[in-house]
Amino acid sequence: MWDYVKMAVFGVIAVLAAIAANYARDVAYLVHALIIMAVSAGMFVWVVRTADEKKVVDTSGYMDGVVRAGVIATAFWGVAGFLVGTFIAFQLAFPVLNFEWAEGYANFGRLRPLHTSAVIFAFGGNALIATSFYVVQRTSAARLWGGNAAWFVFWGFQLMIVLAATGYLLGATQSKEYAEPEWYVDIWLTIVWVVYLAVFLGTILKRKEKHIYVANWFYLSFIVTVALLHVVNNLSIPVSIFGSKSVQVFAGVQDAMTQWWYGHNAVGFFLTAGFLGMMYYFVPKQAERPVYSYKLSIIHFWALIFLYIWAGPHHLHYTALPDWASTLGMVFSIILWMPSWGGMINGLMTLSGAWDKLRTDPIIRMMVISIGFYGMSTFEGPMMSIRAVNSLSHYTDWTIGHVHSGALGWNGMITFGALYFLTPKLWNREGLYSLKLVDWHFWLATIGIVLYAASMWVSGITEGLLWREVDAQGFLVNSFADTVAAKYPLYVLRGLGGVMYLTGALIMCFNLWKTVSSVSAKSEATTAVPAE
Amino acid sequence: MDTYSLLREFADSWVLLCMTVFFLGIVVWAFRPGSTATYKDTADIPFRHEKKPASGAEYAVSPSKEART
Repeated sequence: MWDYVKMAVFGVIAVLAAIAANYARDVAYLVHALIIMAVSAGMFVWVVRTADEKKVVDTSGYMDGVVRAGVIATAFWGVAGFLVGTFIAFQLAFPVLNFEWAEGYANFGRLRPLHTSAVIFAFGGNALIATSFYVVQRTSAARLWGGNAAWFVFWGFQLMIVLAATGYLLGATQSKEYAEPEWYVDIWLTIVWVVYLAVFLGTILKRKEKHIYVANWFYLSFIVTVALLHVVNNLSIPVSIFGSKSVQVFAGVQDAMTQWWYGHNAVGFFLTAGFLGMMYYFVPKQAERPVYSYKLSIIHFWALIFLYIWAGPHHLHYTALPDWASTLGMVFSIILWMPSWGGMINGLMTLSGAWDKLRTDPIIRMMVISIGFYGMSTFEGPMMSIRAVNSLSHYTDWTIGHVHSGALGWNGMITFGALYFLTPKLWNREGLYSLKLVDWHFWLATIGIVLYAASMWVSGITEGLLWREVDAQGFLVNSFADTVAAKYPLYVLRGLGGVMYLTGALIMCFNLWKTVSSVSAKSEATTAVPAE
Repeated sequence: MDTYSLLREFADSWVLLCMTVFFLGIVVWAFRPGSTATYKDTADIPFRHEKKPASGAEYAVSPSKEART
């Protein structure tokens, strides 16, 4: 019966998408309607072909198929996002790479949101969804709730990524940083996200452990807050239901404040809280010892969510935003030092008594450097939010350097660590194909980040100082073009850092591929560990 | 008084107080007597049930005596 409902739904969606494609008012909308039509038609055929088949699913174990798919998607989108990032870094150094023939599609302005969304939402988002599904099952001692709903979340999220990415290249954007996708992609993501929340919460509700482990609190706060942020920041009215253009409900400074309330909390809850969930599970697992202080983790959690939500206005210093609001943002950003470093200490000290693992285990080294970068970027961020510092750093490459030390260092490295941890477990392998290659990845990525962050510090401060330099009469000394020329060698250096980071990720993909394809399966005898 | 000013007034006083007290309450609560033993057990959760889900409602009986597998 359920199969026939699905057939009807996919059939109707395919027809509606075809009608929408016919009436489409712009290219992006047309392409998206065709993508949706093709996906629904394909799903329709697939459901027809498999209808009434007896589907026997063993529900006694954990649901790991969707986590395996998530690991593959994370690695794939990671490489794609790093590749686009490296390319646009070289576009800035060598403008000739904005090819004449691809003008309007593959120039910096179109590719930049493609890069940011690919790394944050496609790479980071898939990492978060996959690890949250893995962690919530293990720490709840229960199979994922909702059966195939988890697969809907996975594929629904991939569809969102494809729609967003193609939209950027074709010019569909609502011009809100990190929230560029247009109205129908926003609606689709909302649906996917609500199902994600249901699956996650459903699993927690049927848990067999008395307590909800701290990693799940962080994951849950990430899911709930992102839902809230996404819905409020994307309140817009489409110009036509057959076009991609929409108009924001908020205007002027209210819109700016809503955008950066969203933008900063996307950092706080997507890139911080969610990844802290990873830290609180994978670091103890890899170190084989419980988290340093569980009490500290509780205080860390509550302090983080109480403070982060107020920090957004620091993106709008010296704008039309009222002074009290920007001061509020600045003050809360500085207080955020406390929970951030509390969390960093908790993660690092989990290794106390096992520091020798740093010499022998490159995966734990990756996790430790990731926590180290978390500490560094959460020190740098509050500092940059101070109004006086911000007057120098804002609009310069310093911001870009700061973001990348957090994203490449903290988010990237902890994700790599989680992927190295998960792959042998999910595919039931003895261990990784090569620890030597993990070492190579570690050093390439670390040196890449150092090159990136250092060149952007120098470039940003250079730029900031050149912009504000005035002569004795109060006239600006440097033209904008002078400041761009001064940054050229630093841009090349930044690009090279990106190449190293990308190379490391490719080595990781090779290593994970070989782990699955050529390492022998873990024998059952070794898995039977006696109870303590 | 318009709605904005009223809400601002309320947010700056009572709501701020409630949130601060709630947060401080959590800190005190985390250090309540007996919490160390509870948290020691909770912190061990990742080391149980790695391979397969628990069968039946075991935690209701005795969470701390469960074997690490």
